[in-house]
Amino acid sequence: MRARLSILRSRLHSVGRWAAPPAFAVLLLLAAGTRAGAGPVADSSSHGHRWWLPAASTAVAGRIDSLFILILWITSAFLVLVVALFVAFVIRYRHREGRRAAHVTGNMLLEIVWMAVPAACLIAIAYASNGAWSAMKEEFPRESESLVIIVKPRQFQWDVVYAGADGRFETADDITAINRLDVPAGRNVIVKLMAQDVIHSFFVPQFRMKQDAVPGMTTEMWFNVPAPGTFEIACAELCGLGHYRMQGRLIVHAPAEYDAWYAGRLREKAAESANAR
Amino acid sequence: MSNQGAGALIDATVRPRRLARIFSRDHTVIAKQFFAMSIFFLFAGGLLALFVRWQLGFPGSAVPVPFNFLMTRTMAPGGVIAPDAFNGMFTLHATFMVYFAVLPMLVGALPNFVLPLQIGSPRMAFPTLGMLSFWLSLLGGLLMIATYFVDGGPASTGWTAYAPLAAVSHYTGSSAGQNLWILSLAILGIGLILGAANQVVTIVNHRAPGLTMFRLPLTVWSFLVTGLLVLLALPVITAAVGMLLMDRTLGTSFFVPAGLSVSGSPLAGYAGGGQPLLWQHLFWFFGHPVVYIMILPGMGVVSDVLAVFARKPLFGYRAMIYSTFAIAGLGWLVWGHHMFQSGMNPLLGTTFMASTMAIAIPSGVKVFGWLATLWRGQIRFGLPMLFALAFLLTFTVGGLSGIFMASTPVDAFIHDTYFIVGHIHYVLFGGSLFAIFAAIAYWFPKATGRMLGERLGRLHFWLTLAAFNCTFFPMHILGIGGHMRRIYDPTVYAFLRDLQPVNTFITISAITLGFAQLLLVANIFLSLKNGRRAEPNPWRAATLEWTLPSPPGDGAFAVVPEVHRWPYDYSLPNAIEDYLPQTSLHVNGTGTGTDS
Ligand code: HEM
Ligand SMILES: [Cu+2]
Ligand SMILES: [Cu+2]
Repeated sequence: MRARLSILRSRLHSVGRWAAPPAFAVLLLLAAGTRAGAGPVADSSSHGHRWWLPAASTAVAGRIDSLFILILWITSAFLVLVVALFVAFVIRYRHREGRRAAHVTGNMLLEIVWMAVPAACLIAIAYASNGAWSAMKEEFPRESESLVIIVKPRQFQWDVVYAGADGRFETADDITAINRLDVPAGRNVIVKLMAQDVIHSFFVPQFRMKQDAVPGMTTEMWFNVPAPGTFEIACAELCGLGHYRMQGRLIVHAPAEYDAWYAGRLREKAAESANAR
Repeated sequence: MSNQGAGALIDATVRPRRLARIFSRDHTVIAKQFFAMSIFFLFAGGLLALFVRWQLGFPGSAVPVPFNFLMTRTMAPGGVIAPDAFNGMFTLHATFMVYFAVLPMLVGALPNFVLPLQIGSPRMAFPTLGMLSFWLSLLGGLLMIATYFVDGGPASTGWTAYAPLAAVSHYTGSSAGQNLWILSLAILGIGLILGAANQVVTIVNHRAPGLTMFRLPLTVWSFLVTGLLVLLALPVITAAVGMLLMDRTLGTSFFVPAGLSVSGSPLAGYAGGGQPLLWQHLFWFFGHPVVYIMILPGMGVVSDVLAVFARKPLFGYRAMIYSTFAIAGLGWLVWGHHMFQSGMNPLLGTTFMASTMAIAIPSGVKVFGWLATLWRGQIRFGLPMLFALAFLLTFTVGGLSGIFMASTPVDAFIHDTYFIVGHIHYVLFGGSLFAIFAAIAYWFPKATGRMLGERLGRLHFWLTLAAFNCTFFPMHILGIGGHMRRIYDPTVYAFLRDLQPVNTFITISAITLGFAQLLLVANIFLSLKNGRRAEPNPWRAATLEWTLPSPPGDGAFAVVPEVHRWPYDYSLPNAIEDYLPQTSLHVNGTGTGTDS
């Protein structure tokens, strides 16, 4: 027992000798980083100190998160396996005088196993992914039962268009807004994206959704936010020097509140066009 | 000069000697020229990255004093980098790194030096093509540097140059810069194609007698496959940037649809009818194979270094070769994984997800094969081995993070975020570049006759490894938090504010990482002057280059070697030494090479 311990100790020692410098460097960097980072975020708002996924605010977002976690588990298992074998081999099989390596050239069974097991995991991931993918991008809710909004991004703003009183787009009574999207909670919303100049991408982190807006074609996305709230819309595709500040606000109202808001905008629009006439 | 016959005669008589030495057709000289070029761009690109990091870590603070010399007044009014300059910097950073640092190193420097030596050939097949490939690449590089200084600034549309942002100069304000960017890439493309043709033909035609294909070391196999990929992929980008240039200058509309506007008024001068997504398809049809062009040579080098330093045959030699081909072949079928959210038909997303998942399998074969090579070995931790081992782990992380993005729904969230940036750097810095460092340490003695300094080398290794992980691992955290890539000021967004300390930490780590690389250069120069003299075979390796003196000198393989075995006869139970050179006929022989 004691002998075994001392072997262990000497082994640890020799590992320590070449692991110490990196460990030290990591500590140094960590210390420097936390010190430097401490200043500017003292006023971090209601979000809390979150270095993880932003709160998921739609059902689809929840599905994507479960997928993310599933993949995280699977890949972590592989990483742990690889690192464990790596560490074990590097310690166990480091050079010692008088020993000779084994002349092993391969092993068919092992090779089949390490193709088959990852393949099975990857098929599982792909299969699980495809369900969520269809729900997001293929199985759109029917337009007649949804709120349809056209968003026409351009350098560097989001032009938003609602159908007016006639329920149609591209007519005189369309309601427009800039950088602000108001939607009701609990209702399916379809956003049609029509870029006016370059490619932009409509991104709401809490929805885990991103859809490029491509000039010359219409792309679509849909979401259903169960509870009221306010979200940031970010442009996720490089679109020029103002890309970073191409920011919008998405406001999810309680249904009654939304109806009131929409009715208000209709009245405004009517008054406007009456004045113009 | 190592080439014989008419070519050399013409050189000596027709051209002045000085010119002949500069425009050398000698593959070792070409290798050194490519090497110097690559290292230069590595540092230039690194400096640009640090400027980018500075702005992200400390948004709105002036670039600190000794480093602001590269900032013109328009780029950084008041010393603070301006948004358009920022876009230009990350564009040039990636462009320098991908096209002018890593590619010239892996398709230029490494094969020109290592390839003939490993196949027992005194020369490359086409010396003139080799010479042209360097000078065209350098010309491309110089043009790219020039873009930094032209009116309107460098290209600022990313290394991916998506249309119509890159197709219409009104959208960025960079006119000459983006045009030169295109021209530069076209010229580089031609240069690399010539080099790759040279490389492929050399492997097929110039192997020493007895060196059958299945006696080639993995490094040579990967040069072969990489060469083929370059030959097939680079013409695509050359044609695509040609079309982009026509859109920009002649008013064609390959990538420009009808009805565009510029700040609210209609865009004049274009007929329209083009397809922005066509550009993405063309770019990624080249772009995905090119990422494999950047990793396969590294995988080859690492395979060989692991075997040599574990004193074991590479585990599953044939599986390693076939997986190289599988990766290269499948690499043509996955380009759409960059376009899941692009508006491409979602059904195509599913197919590209499937092919992308498939490509992870041969990557896994490699990782497990490397691990099994270590198993029951006698591992020595020489400098090349340290980088090869680090490669094994960092590449694993990069490959695994790829699986997140291969899942179409998860990609909807992390596409165009820092998660991607983390992935890229684990595979390209922790992958390609670590392999390049391993290669430098491994062949330095052969190239120069001196050993690369061990102490400074280790310091460089550990600092690089630590700073690398501190720089790029937290980028995954940023991405998971939703942090977009290519944004100038993350503090604009409330949901990113909590992540700002992570940004600051990354920037400090990146600066450490950048400065650590000076140790490598210092080590190279110090070792050139004072390094320990290298024996012909300091690593006791079995491949052909180690049968030559270090450095091989002009007469390399004047006597053509005869090859009798594969390159991995390490630790044969009945042999006296723990390795058998490929030239050795008998198990107990000492080799029949030109060993001094
Ligand atoms: C198991 C292997 C791999 C998988 C499954 C994988 C998967 C992916 C996916 C799906 C993307 C697109 C992400 C997005 O834009 O949303 C991507 C991006 C990228 N990958 Fe990989 N990858 C793998 C290996 C590699 C290797 C070996 C390299 C290079 C050495 C590489 C370099 C890149 C680069 C440069 C990008 C980003 C391009 C850009 O948008 O600028 N990947 N990868
Ligand atoms: Cu935008
Ligand atoms: Cu790819």
